[in-house]
Amino acid sequence: MITQWFFTHVDRRGGVAIVLLVALGLLVPLSNLLLPVTSPFHIPTYLVSLIGKYLTYAMLAVALDLVWGFCGILSLGHGAFFALGGYAMGMYLMRQIGPRGVYADPILPDFMVFLNWKDLPWFWHGFDNFWFAALMVVLVPGILAFGFGWLAFRSRVTGVYLSIITQALTYALLLAFFRNDMGFGGNNGLTDFKDILGFNVQAGSTRSALFAATALFLALAVFVSSFIVRSKLGKVLVGVRDAESRMRFLGYRVDRYKLFVWTISAMMAGIAGALYVPQVGIINPSEFEPANSIEAVIWVAVGGRGTIIGPIIGAVLVNFGKTYFTAAFPEIWLFALGALFIVVTLFLPKGILGVYGSWKARNSDHVARKKESAPAAADETLQIPEPQAAE
Amino acid sequence: MQFTRLLSALVLMLGILVHAVGSNAQTVDDGTLGLLIQALAGENFDDTTRAVSDLVKSGDPRASSILNALSAGDLYVAKAGKTVFIGKRDGSDYAAIDPITGSKLAPVPRSAAEKIKVNNRLRRDIAAAIGGLTLMSDKADERRSAAEAILKTRDPESIPLLDKAIAAEKDASIKLLMNQAKAAAVLNSGATGEVKIAAIAEVSAGNSRDALGLLTPLAGVEGPVGEAARAAIDSINSKLALWNGIQNIVYGLSLGSVLLLAAIGLAITFGVMGVINMAHGEMVMIGAYTTFVVQQIIRTSAPGLFDYSLLIALPAAFLASGAIGVVIERSVIRFLYGRPLETLLATWGISLVLQQAIRSWFGASNVQVGNPSWMAGSFDLGLLTLTWSRLWIIVFALAVFAILQLLLKKTMLGLRMRAVTQNRRMASSMGIRTPWVDALTFGLGSGIAGIAGVALSQIDNVSPNLGQGYIIDSFMVVVFGGVGNLWGTLVGAMSLGIANKFLEPFAGAVLGKILVLVLIILFIQKRPRGLFALKGRAIEA
Repeated sequence: MITQWFFTHVDRRGGVAIVLLVALGLLVPLSNLLLPVTSPFHIPTYLVSLIGKYLTYAMLAVALDLVWGFCGILSLGHGAFFALGGYAMGMYLMRQIGPRGVYADPILPDFMVFLNWKDLPWFWHGFDNFWFAALMVVLVPGILAFGFGWLAFRSRVTGVYLSIITQALTYALLLAFFRNDMGFGGNNGLTDFKDILGFNVQAGSTRSALFAATALFLALAVFVSSFIVRSKLGKVLVGVRDAESRMRFLGYRVDRYKLFVWTISAMMAGIAGALYVPQVGIINPSEFEPANSIEAVIWVAVGGRGTIIGPIIGAVLVNFGKTYFTAAFPEIWLFALGALFIVVTLFLPKGILGVYGSWKARNSDHVARKKESAPAAADETLQIPEPQAAE
Repeated sequence: MQFTRLLSALVLMLGILVHAVGSNAQTVDDGTLGLLIQALAGENFDDTTRAVSDLVKSGDPRASSILNALSAGDLYVAKAGKTVFIGKRDGSDYAAIDPITGSKLAPVPRSAAEKIKVNNRLRRDIAAAIGGLTLMSDKADERRSAAEAILKTRDPESIPLLDKAIAAEKDASIKLLMNQAKAAAVLNSGATGEVKIAAIAEVSAGNSRDALGLLTPLAGVEGPVGEAARAAIDSINSKLALWNGIQNIVYGLSLGSVLLLAAIGLAITFGVMGVINMAHGEMVMIGAYTTFVVQQIIRTSAPGLFDYSLLIALPAAFLASGAIGVVIERSVIRFLYGRPLETLLATWGISLVLQQAIRSWFGASNVQVGNPSWMAGSFDLGLLTLTWSRLWIIVFALAVFAILQLLLKKTMLGLRMRAVTQNRRMASSMGIRTPWVDALTFGLGSGIAGIAGVALSQIDNVSPNLGQGYIIDSFMVVVFGGVGNLWGTLVGAMSLGIANKFLEPFAGAVLGKILVLVLIILFIQKRPRGLFALKGRAIEA
């Protein structure tokens, strides 16, 4: 019964993705921890963290696709929510260092001692508790997104205007977090983490556990996205994407739908950021760079916007390319990334999955013509229209 | 710090002068001077101090170079014969110079000489003494510097010297400065009553910020002196507040004109054509690099033209950026009309490619773009100090704005551009080749960005990242001012610049910028189409 419920809310692709992710979340840590180093199937710890990092990016991409692919809101500031979630987690990890810092202050993180601060700022209180921090990971991006969206969607700021002010939002946060007196470590950010929930963050087993958690959360994000998209609310969102004014005239409160999905997406991005920080070991203001947010957009575009698993494929592929190119041909990476932006928008408006889809459609068309009388395949319970190229 | 540097420069100049011209203004003969110098090598600091004041009293112009050497620790005394000389370390010897005649002496081994020690108090005395010495110089510049020096040290002992100098002074502006210096010294001395009140009046007429520093200690004094000081402080404060406001406005206009330059090209591509050009900043950067290339060519082939390099760079940058703009429009953007978000992404990709291309070509670090002589330096306007480059950029930004307005309103191209913007199909029906107009409009916007780059190369670091710093600001200006309206861009840029400068004193530069961004975000909620919004159905298209 549970499986039935599950599959009414998730399409086949999403289901496959969730199963694969759960399997990945189990197999990779097991291979890292149990198999001997000599085994060809052993995955070294650095690779576990690297793939874990890609998966957090993938989660950011899924969150972004939820608003862009299904609701037509192109956010150029999703990196801000990601980074805020990361900072919330980073603050927890900083508090866990305790007296093991360079200055050995039992309460104050090193950078505060360095700045000659005597007391913990008020907004740092409570972050020694993991569950409080976990709540903040969701709440801080959520509240910011809610406030921002409430203002923006109610006054019908749409299209490129919205994109530009989301970019201004992340830019303003970038400038703010660079300041030392903000109390978030300024330029250097938060780093030098020791423990998470009492386990050493550097240890292989902790890394594997973090990887498993990331894979599971990503599976959850896929499920939540699918659930939203396939619900009645999802239909309204797609309607808003394709013809906002018409939806409004039909009597839908467009701003509320947008606000809902926008806030959910920001929270998802926050969780992705929180999972990102312990795996890379640092969070600093450069995560707020507008360029990062735009890069996340291209992951979605490469994979295929308006599909659930496209963003995951896009994020992993582009970041794998980035890792490879920046190491092997650092000169070429920006050319490659720039060309990717241009090629994808000009020639692959539906991304890799779109290309696959149209290839499959042509194939089945071919097959159908051969069989003549075969009934139209309706294996998917609900057809979700692909996003149109036009806004 | 600045004072000592000024002083040593001055003294050096004087020393050279004395040695070169020969001592035509000697007040004592060489023998007496020799004795005075010998006394500098006293047993202890007190002896030296006395010797310094004796030397100053002699009023001999050669004294200043000797004193300066003493202050710098370059005055040595030979162990044998106790002769004093100015020495510079040269291997195991000292290269020696006779302090009296300035001629070269035989090198002295380092073991045979001893440095005349000075302490900080002595250095201060020497600095003040040198100031006094040059008050009577026959060079106007030196007298001015000496008076300025006393204005800073406010040494009461220099009052008699100043009196003498004021009586002899013919240059009115230097005389004024000397009077100021004297008043400052009087305020610093033990004088009372009328003398001090007169000095207060004198001081408060001069440089307000210095005067404030002089008068503040007196404000707490009882009686008429204190009252006069308090009244003077009040009037100076209100004057300063006024000038502070003026300064904020002028600096704001200067910042605003930088924003205007960066945004005005965008106002064409985004405002008129509706194309989101994220590569706009890179067009600015290409303009700046064109300036660099033009200057390199001028440096190697025609150094005499350097002052005109910016004028030559202007058309070059316009053509370079404009040509790249046309290429971008023809090869990418024309396929994306009506899809603004895709345009945004594609042009972002273009910006990455352009940045990396420049980085591969010119290197990742800053390149050096020189200022022509008419851009360098600064001038005073009341209590403000303005650099010429800032002023020229304000003028230049307004000129670009005016030319662009004329172009759009008075030329055939402008007419066609406006026609295509307002009703593409109708314009096409009337025989306007809309694709060409699109390409030219985009080229124009990019070219304007290029000439903005020429101007910005004068005040900013020219690096491959130059454009990224301006792109968000430029979009803010255009969106704030209202899309499709050049006047809106002008007003938007200037008001953002001024708002930034007024917020800075309260919030600091970075926080001020953040506040401005937040204010714009809030403002867009209120007026989603900017200050000067286009009305009617066109906006929904």
